[in-house]
Amino acid sequence: MTRAKHANRKSLRNQLHQILPKSNILETEEQTRPYECDGLTAYQQKPWIVVLPETIEQVQRILALCYQESVPVVARGAGTGLSGGALPHANGILLSLAKFNRIIDINPANRSATVEPGVRNLAISEAAKEFNLYYAPDPSSQIACTIGGNVAENAGGVHSLKYGLTVHNILQLKVITVEGELVTIGSQALDTPGYDLLALMTGSEGMLGVIVEVTVKLLPTPELAQVILAAFDDVVKAGEAVGAIIADGIIPAGLEMMDNPAIRAAEDYAKADYPVDAEAILLCELDGTREEVAEQIQLVERLLTNKGATSLRTSKNEAERLKIWLGRKSAFPAVGRISPDYYCMDGTIPKYQLPFVLKRISELSKEYNLLVANVFHAGDGNLHPLILYDANIKGELERTEEFGGKILELCVEVGGAITGEHGVGKEKIDQMCVQFKSLELQIFHDIKHSFDSLELLNPGKAVPTLHRCAELGGMHVHDGALSHPGLDRF
Amino acid sequence: MMSSNRTQELQDRIRAAANDKKMLTIIGGNTKHFYGNPPINNSNTEILETRIHHGIVSYEPSELVITARAGTPLNEIIELLAKNNQMLPFDPPLFGEHATLGGAIATGLSGSRRPFTGSARDFVLGTKIISGKGDIMSFGGQVMKNVAGYDVSRLMVGALGTLGLLLEISIKVLPRPNTEQTQVIAMSRKDAIKKMNELHQTSLPLSGLAYENEKLYIRLSGASSAVSSAQKKIAGETLVHAENFWLQLNEQTHTFFKQDKPLWRLSVPYVANIDLDEESFIDWAGALYWLYSTKSAEEIHQHAFEQGGSACIFKIPTSEKSPQERFMPLQAKVKQLQINLKSRFDSCGILNFGRLYSDL
Repeated sequence: MTRAKHANRKSLRNQLHQILPKSNILETEEQTRPYECDGLTAYQQKPWIVVLPETIEQVQRILALCYQESVPVVARGAGTGLSGGALPHANGILLSLAKFNRIIDINPANRSATVEPGVRNLAISEAAKEFNLYYAPDPSSQIACTIGGNVAENAGGVHSLKYGLTVHNILQLKVITVEGELVTIGSQALDTPGYDLLALMTGSEGMLGVIVEVTVKLLPTPELAQVILAAFDDVVKAGEAVGAIIADGIIPAGLEMMDNPAIRAAEDYAKADYPVDAEAILLCELDGTREEVAEQIQLVERLLTNKGATSLRTSKNEAERLKIWLGRKSAFPAVGRISPDYYCMDGTIPKYQLPFVLKRISELSKEYNLLVANVFHAGDGNLHPLILYDANIKGELERTEEFGGKILELCVEVGGAITGEHGVGKEKIDQMCVQFKSLELQIFHDIKHSFDSLELLNPGKAVPTLHRCAELGGMHVHDGALSHPGLDRF
Repeated sequence: MMSSNRTQELQDRIRAAANDKKMLTIIGGNTKHFYGNPPINNSNTEILETRIHHGIVSYEPSELVITARAGTPLNEIIELLAKNNQMLPFDPPLFGEHATLGGAIATGLSGSRRPFTGSARDFVLGTKIISGKGDIMSFGGQVMKNVAGYDVSRLMVGALGTLGLLLEISIKVLPRPNTEQTQVIAMSRKDAIKKMNELHQTSLPLSGLAYENEKLYIRLSGASSAVSSAQKKIAGETLVHAENFWLQLNEQTHTFFKQDKPLWRLSVPYVANIDLDEESFIDWAGALYWLYSTKSAEEIHQHAFEQGGSACIFKIPTSEKSPQERFMPLQAKVKQLQINLKSRFDSCGILNFGRLYSDL
């Protein structure tokens, strides 16, 4: 239960105006509306007030004020998150980091870049390009999403199979605590003494502090990258080919899979010459030195053929490589064109469970009478089933959410997790009761209280109350999605 | 594969200790007892041995994941992985044949591959622990990507057993490289640091960059064609039995590590300029310095801090008295957050109290 109280809005407003210029405070209906949701538009809530600080000192003063007045604070980057993590609080302040958009330093010899949290993911690689370096995690939204949000969600991407997630690619954070104190977590070196607070902060969904600076690791741009597009007449065969590549000692830079509905949608949208009659395709990217790539391309082509690929296409140059990827990278908007709405899931599973899980999803799809297009980060077992629905049809959103909940429970059942990279946020809070028992949930609350004893930072997200899980009766989300998912239940 | 599930016994011991207000000193293979502040040893402390809790729980090579009980000998895991042409990618030092997986994770130490493939904490996917109250909890799992809940598994790495007793650990493993070769080039320290920084910005298949006694060691790993092409580019001499050199560095059996003075470990940025007038062994492409020094702790801490890193006293001669803290002091608020965490995971303060910092 959040201990946030109804503050005296008038007095608080006056104090905020002492910290920030007028233009950095948004209050009117039309000013605050753009902040009412993030990338998960099913949940909407207008914030009481939006503040856009520009300096660390301003953030410190805002947080100190909110702490003193017990006002909830929700931090926000670009708002591209897919789990409602940046959904505002009705009585709270929405703290936008959009003005923290400077690249502070690129240090090629140290292979690191220090940036403000509002810098876009792709902008880091663009700035590092002149040194032949780049920032490896590449979420699909990388053109828009910001590094602060990436840290808050521990973002991954199609290359995380080889190069890891955000947690593997950052060195240091500067964070403002709920009391308004500036702390440095991690360091410019690889090890930092004491507990690994850097790991704890990464993926903490804005619950433990507000990030105001990030130092990321940079990697040398590989000499060469090539991608193989393999078609299969059976999804199970494609799944087996994934296991075979990895069992053979090859770690591709990316290993993605799409099923037929996703292939058709992507081809229709991106014209990437995808084989539209294939039941599944695999995209396997190999990168490294020229010799290494040449050797591995040969090996993987042979493996894919042995595993029953019906056709193979290997990129001969950068233009061909980008074209092959274009279909995959635009899979979400492509599906958005063939259906009025879609709901993107984010479960992870051990790879060997793929055939079973796909079969179950297909059965559930029939049961709920809702179509599914499947896009996977197959190499690391991260599924993105896209459930197609129409929000204008009464009851369809509720059915979709119930179906989605079942997919996530299925992931937990086979030894996986309810979220691989999108975070829990508001969306998967009930599935947390399936993933964890009360002892673990209690320690999550204990961790939260170690940083934020008044529960002011992003209240009601990421970790359900034990009470809520008990009410759901050991997870009754099976028995019907909540009727008003937008309502605050905390 | 030996299997021994003694969870209940360990849980009972911790519950009893919490009840009787006894402090527990956790011991695995007892190979890294010198690391961290010395365990408290008085009439109120008891030893809790984890080697009784051993065995590999699951291993599926194509999933790139192994799960083992914390008391499992590292050697057993390394051998099993090698049979499947895989390895622990973070090169944990053993410091003795009885080293356990739990000890490797609790100390969080990583070997020479670290700047290129990652550290112990990078490869931990999940843990099962017993808290100071005796509660058994599981975090993370066996999948590569999992962002449900706070990352408690990685929080355990390097915590020296002060937040919980490790029961089981799931680790991501990697294929062993087809080929490894090491080139050696004689050069000054200053030139070597510059060279390491330059090489590290290239896409050459590097897996080790170390410097000692006027020689730069460059290890290359990967496809044989890629390694031989890189050898030509780098030049220098090819080191025969190179695996011995890297093993002696990792296990500190190299003659450098035979001095009768406190051994310092400095973790610093790659570009650091460490100047303490001492001979040092440089690893991690310039980001890790081993040096023997009799300089004051304050002076060494200050120097490492100014360079953007930190220093700890890794080992002291048995004849010398240990200073109160082996690790560098933390920013006050950061320390407070750590004390808060300790009080939540181990509310009675019975698990390895004082090993990391005297108040944790």
